[in-house]
Amino acid sequence: MLRRQSVLPGFSLSLGVTSAFIGLLVLLPLAALAAKAASLRPAAFWATVSDPRALAAYRLSFGASLAAAALNGVFGLLVAWVLVRQPFPGKRLVDALVDLPFALPTAVAGITLTTLYGPNGWIGRHLEPLGLRVAFTELGITVALTFIGLPFVVRTLQPVIEEMGTDAEEAAASLGAGRAQTLWRVVLPTLLPAWLTGVTLALSRALGEYGSVVFIAGNMPMKTEIAPLLIMTKLEQYDYAGATAIALVMLFASLLLLLAIGTLQAWSVRRSLGEAAS
Amino acid sequence: MSAIVAARRAQPLTPPAPSASEDSRPVRLALTGAALVFLGLFLFVPLLAVFAEALSKGGEAWVAAVSEPEARAALWLTLKVAALSVPLVTVFGVAAAWLIARFDFRGRRLLLALIDLPFAVSPVIAGLVFVLLFGRQGLFGPALAEHGVKVIFAVPGIVLATLFVTLPFVARELIPLLESEGRDEEEAARTLGASGLQMFWRVTLPNIRFGLLYGVILANARAMGEFGAVSVVSGHIRGLTNTLPLHVEILYNEYRFQAAFAVASLLAFLAIGTLVAKALLERRIGGSR
Amino acid sequence: MSIEVRDIRKRFGSHQALDGVSLKVETGSLVALLGPSGSGKTSLLRIIAGLERPDAGQVLFAGEDATRQDARLRRVGFVFQHYALFRHMTVFENVAFGLRVRGRATRPTEGDLRGRVRELLELVQLGWMADRYPSQLSGGQRQRVALARALAVEPRVLLLDEPFGALDARVRRQLRAWLRGLHDKIGLTSVFVTHDQEEALSLAHRVAVLNDGRVEQEGTPEDIACRPATAFVAEFLRPEAVTISA
Repeated sequence: MLRRQSVLPGFSLSLGVTSAFIGLLVLLPLAALAAKAASLRPAAFWATVSDPRALAAYRLSFGASLAAAALNGVFGLLVAWVLVRQPFPGKRLVDALVDLPFALPTAVAGITLTTLYGPNGWIGRHLEPLGLRVAFTELGITVALTFIGLPFVVRTLQPVIEEMGTDAEEAAASLGAGRAQTLWRVVLPTLLPAWLTGVTLALSRALGEYGSVVFIAGNMPMKTEIAPLLIMTKLEQYDYAGATAIALVMLFASLLLLLAIGTLQAWSVRRSLGEAAS
Repeated sequence: MSAIVAARRAQPLTPPAPSASEDSRPVRLALTGAALVFLGLFLFVPLLAVFAEALSKGGEAWVAAVSEPEARAALWLTLKVAALSVPLVTVFGVAAAWLIARFDFRGRRLLLALIDLPFAVSPVIAGLVFVLLFGRQGLFGPALAEHGVKVIFAVPGIVLATLFVTLPFVARELIPLLESEGRDEEEAARTLGASGLQMFWRVTLPNIRFGLLYGVILANARAMGEFGAVSVVSGHIRGLTNTLPLHVEILYNEYRFQAAFAVASLLAFLAIGTLVAKALLERRIGGSR
Repeated sequence: MSIEVRDIRKRFGSHQALDGVSLKVETGSLVALLGPSGSGKTSLLRIIAGLERPDAGQVLFAGEDATRQDARLRRVGFVFQHYALFRHMTVFENVAFGLRVRGRATRPTEGDLRGRVRELLELVQLGWMADRYPSQLSGGQRQRVALARALAVEPRVLLLDEPFGALDARVRRQLRAWLRGLHDKIGLTSVFVTHDQEEALSLAHRVAVLNDGRVEQEGTPEDIACRPATAFVAEFLRPEAVTISA
């Protein structure tokens, strides 16, 4: 028996519709990717994925994504904390604005950040004299990826900070802990699972990101060419085999991160359930 | 991803903080200030910049840029793609959520992971897989070419890529909602003699309507704004396979910055509308609990 | 209408919820299914309603096999533990639901429907609440709306899952007396589930004590209270004072 019997109707219908969509839109395309990958000769595959240009692209993609995720780890925590704990006028508006990177098409984010951080841009023109070049450098890529990833960290942390309440902090204070000790020993450990989940989600999104990065990146092979762009370039040259090879490497990384996110979320849920019970 | 879904509904709530868990006033001001400066520089200034650049040559230039034939064709295509793909992912989302939240069956967890998968895949790879399927050298490419059907570098390919990237939105919104509402009301409807369809229309749908709308709005924003996946399969044929985001790219790469931002401002309106609708719906969803 | 279940078995995963339960409910009687949580009493009630399918065994309504019959065709009135009122409908529309979803041939006219719903709301003493929403009602009021809703479809039997479980003690006593009065008035065959022995003994004509998916004893309240058939029944019915001091 495929299912536990239920009095509610619609099992066959919903199973049929769901399987049809998943089959045609997810499994079939992935099968095409697998078929293409299987047709590659191992030597050629290896040559493609370990080509210096590809290696430079991975290094850039992973490096910039990690840097952006780390920045989001710091600022996302700050923003989430302030949004939950500090009253200030216009808070609802600011709270809604946090989702802007989810809602704003990536191409729009891309050209806007490029213009803002360009040598003549509102922000770039003040950074130039300090010797900071943002647009068309790794720094620009990191800025775009930070923009894209911010809501993931904030929105993962916010409910946990809310749920945490102030009880534990008060208890710590009543036991003689100073404010810094309380934060370090009570607050941060409580937030750790959710924080790691948010940072990993941001990292996962950054690794695959294309639209917001291509404008600000400069796209110089070996220097400012991210891995998704390399896939795109190979596709434009009708090098399907090469594109597939690079895509497999990136997909593998994404799946590892997905697995990590699943584990972290399970940890996070266990943690909050355990607290609710105690 | 479910953490995000749940989190987006979080109601900002500030109980008067008791002194033991309260930072000193200068610290609080510094924290709030730092967060606001960061958000201002990172989110508000870019949003403002879109409109400033779009209007940098005056209103007439803005009107000219958004009403030139290629821009109108791009807008039309974007609306068409959304109109085709959003209803489909809505049907999928409702079916998948009903299946996952109401039945226990073998392979349920695997199915859940597959529903989430498009969130984890790079948009470029999302486009690539459809090129591998339907492109000229793709699995079905030769067969399709024989019958004169064009998928890649044509509208069907754009719709397929859009479907792929928007697939999880509605389902992901509805699954936790259906799970938290339980099945009592639906069972009550059954014992009172309602047919499956009557139960769905009169009991299930009214209970999930705000969550459904929320998912649809998010899916729509992504469908209209998708760039990477669509970029791979569209072929950038002006007036034919250019959506608004792709049109923005073309204008920008031609150094027609003001025109690019004018078209981008249409998409920024979409984003603002989405954020407003989201905030309003979050209040409704939060209130019904 | 009489109800009979024969050798019902039901397993949830590795848990044997019902392990060969047989029971007869005479027409017009009021029967309590009494037992601790996890004894299978709610599962049995849901199987009678058609909300669960048994793995084995039979459910008979008036002597006819209804085991495979769909819940919507059984004409049972089911009152859910947490009432399961439709949140987006007024009290009136909640009660009218069962009449509105009928096929064209048997659906009453709008006028008849209004009359019938008004009548039922008067019966549960909530006529003045017709336009409220469930969220605006107290627990006891919700319970009565749920009852009126179940009665609207002219059920052949009435099934109640922990009908007083979510109410405070005072409302519970009032509602209990009222329900007994209602049953005496309309004479509908009724089965209710409870974990409260006092409730079962004071309200029901007959009581079935369930434990671990089996019927330990079935009889009149007097039988159960004075002549417990098993050690479990004796233990379960011991006055609460003893339980507390233990």
